[in-house]
Amino acid sequence: MVYTPHLQELMKKVEETRPSRVGVHYPRMTAAERQEVLRRFHPDFIEAGFRQLQVGVDKGSRVPLEMADILEAGSRLRGAALDLNRCAYDVDVLVIGGGGAGASAALEACAAGVSVMVATKLRFGDANTMMAQGGIQAADKPNDTPCIHYLDVVGGGGFYNVPELARALVMDAPLVIEWLESLGAMFDKKEDGTMNTIHGGGTSRKRMHAARDYTGAEIMRTLRDEVYNRGIKVVEFCPAVELLLDSSGRAAGAVLFNLETEEYLIARAKTVIIATGGSGRLHYQGFPTSNHYGATGDGLVLGYRAGAKTIFADSIQYHPTGGAYPPQLLGLLVTEKTRGLGGTPLNINGAQFVYHLETRDVESSAIIRECKERGLGVPLPTGSTAVWLDSPLIELTHGEGTIERQLPAMLRQFARFGVDIRKEPMLIYPTLHYQNGGLLIDEHGRSTVENLYVAGETAGGIHGRNRLMGNSLLDIVVFGRRAGRHAAARSGEVRPDGFSLEHVWNYEKELESTGSAGGRVAPILLPRYTHR
Amino acid sequence: MADAIRMIDLYVMGKQYTVPETLTIIEALEYAGYQIKRGCGCRAGFCGACATVYRIAGDFELKVGLACQTKVEPGMYLAQIPFFPGRKALFDLERIRPSVADFARLYPEVFRCLGCSSCTKVCPQDIDVMQYIAYLQRGDFARAADLSFDCVMCGLCVSRCPAHIVHYNAALTARRLYSRYLAPPDAFLKERVRAIEAGAFDHELQQLIDADKTRLQELYNNRDIE
Repeated sequence: MVYTPHLQELMKKVEETRPSRVGVHYPRMTAAERQEVLRRFHPDFIEAGFRQLQVGVDKGSRVPLEMADILEAGSRLRGAALDLNRCAYDVDVLVIGGGGAGASAALEACAAGVSVMVATKLRFGDANTMMAQGGIQAADKPNDTPCIHYLDVVGGGGFYNVPELARALVMDAPLVIEWLESLGAMFDKKEDGTMNTIHGGGTSRKRMHAARDYTGAEIMRTLRDEVYNRGIKVVEFCPAVELLLDSSGRAAGAVLFNLETEEYLIARAKTVIIATGGSGRLHYQGFPTSNHYGATGDGLVLGYRAGAKTIFADSIQYHPTGGAYPPQLLGLLVTEKTRGLGGTPLNINGAQFVYHLETRDVESSAIIRECKERGLGVPLPTGSTAVWLDSPLIELTHGEGTIERQLPAMLRQFARFGVDIRKEPMLIYPTLHYQNGGLLIDEHGRSTVENLYVAGETAGGIHGRNRLMGNSLLDIVVFGRRAGRHAAARSGEVRPDGFSLEHVWNYEKELESTGSAGGRVAPILLPRYTHR
Repeated sequence: MADAIRMIDLYVMGKQYTVPETLTIIEALEYAGYQIKRGCGCRAGFCGACATVYRIAGDFELKVGLACQTKVEPGMYLAQIPFFPGRKALFDLERIRPSVADFARLYPEVFRCLGCSSCTKVCPQDIDVMQYIAYLQRGDFARAADLSFDCVMCGLCVSRCPAHIVHYNAALTARRLYSRYLAPPDAFLKERVRAIEAGAFDHELQQLIDADKTRLQELYNNRDIE
């Protein structure tokens, strides 16, 4: 038992109220109530956390302070001795980033018969994809259709989604499940082959496919294995630090940085796909994060300097259920599948205060309200507050053994630090989870810079201002494949010439003229957590 | 209400540092001043990047674990494993079948298991690794797939195996074979894919795209929920 005597005392209230909560349906919020709680408590509405960009193609648009800091920063290449004609790699399609989007893009480009290379900052597969637990959405049940899925996507996104992108997402979804299965990804099924599917926050049909609570890991390791099988070149520990453009301003490669030898390497390509993932490690507004170590927004920096437009860059997703205690679990994701299976958030009195499957933005805001305004959060030994997530209710509702079968990763993770989630409720608080917006793409994954594609979390527009659970694993495969196919076809049509970094130096000049560089350098590549 | 955090002494690659006792090994390395390049990934126990070896002062046993999932203890001697050169067999999934013969061509070393159980003892996910190796030897891909499923491919099993088996890659191949050839297909999925490809939903979806925001809101707020 890792809970302090005080927490154990408070836990008794959860146990007292539990029998009366089995099978009881807490009411959903009305549309007006949802708007109200978002406006008053969602971090995206805290103006002090944002500023307007002073430079670049989206000058004047509002982004989080920490994102503005990396966008308005100088290049790592200033003063570096660099010969752009000394080329280490020359390929048709260069994929930057080795997560699920990058792997999907590489596989499709390879299938199209062109030469492909993946350059990635850490190991191939070190990505948020690997950590996605709960599931992947696809309308592949008789009572569901891509149109019903579409309505869930745009309603959840606040009706801001780019319609063509949302359409691509839902229409490709069943195709993606079929493709992943053909590659040998193992989804949870019944004896007769029927996919097991459950609800996620904001879904109107049970269309969440899962692979236990290792869904992203299962997809990532399958895709990675196949990339190796196809003989695609993968260069690890070599993040891109700038894009190369040709004399017509079209993307034509990248400058890579060998993290270990600290050499710069020139990679030329006919088309470039940015698939570098999100930016949770920037810790917007001081939030802990569920994100991978490498999620430092590198692709945003590269693309923005090259002139790619952003969309909804000020929209950040806070996952309602991040670990809050014990401290080793701070910010780590407690999968939404926990709520999908019927785990409910409770306040200090052991009372439910919000429907457990509101969309993530609404659910998070309600938890923040319960702690900050109503003062009904659970005080933690660490000095912060949290709410309970009643996981034992799952066992009571669906029978003993459900958690072990359906949430083995969660069970294991909490057990490692002394909490048995079958018997003890979890302590949770919203954690920084996802970048809803990013670099604007079209349905082929094209950015606003010619021959530059973007796929995965770096891209924006698909999810509007709030992504639903299970639509990110879907998005990375859908748009990774689309970008890979289109970039491969396009690579046969272009002959880049006059490789240059002029756009970088021009961006720096603009930065200097506004005085907003502040001595910063980006992409930052790795977060710094050293204490001395 | 915040309690004072106790500090403990430990050793990173032989050098002594004093760190808060609440940290994981990864956090302790960072607290000590390391900015980690290799040996750190998801920081949540899913990616297997941070396989680590340690010993507690006064004890002879070499212990292993995931650095992001292990709390520090006083007197720990810590080291990270930056990279493990385990072999992966290359194959074309469409040209192999879930048979012992095909599998033995890809991973012959699986059949040289000595039965020492070092792999099972060392697994940070508490998987019975040796048992799934036994299933693989018998060609029971379904059981091997199920039992190995929670593997995070950290490679600690490989680091201890006297028969040079690369358990995690063998298991991944088994899971892919199982899912591709042995798991029963979802009958409706194929039907839905064909319908989408035939354009069955194109018209209705276009109507949603053409609808104005008020109409979409009305549809959304009144949609029936399963």
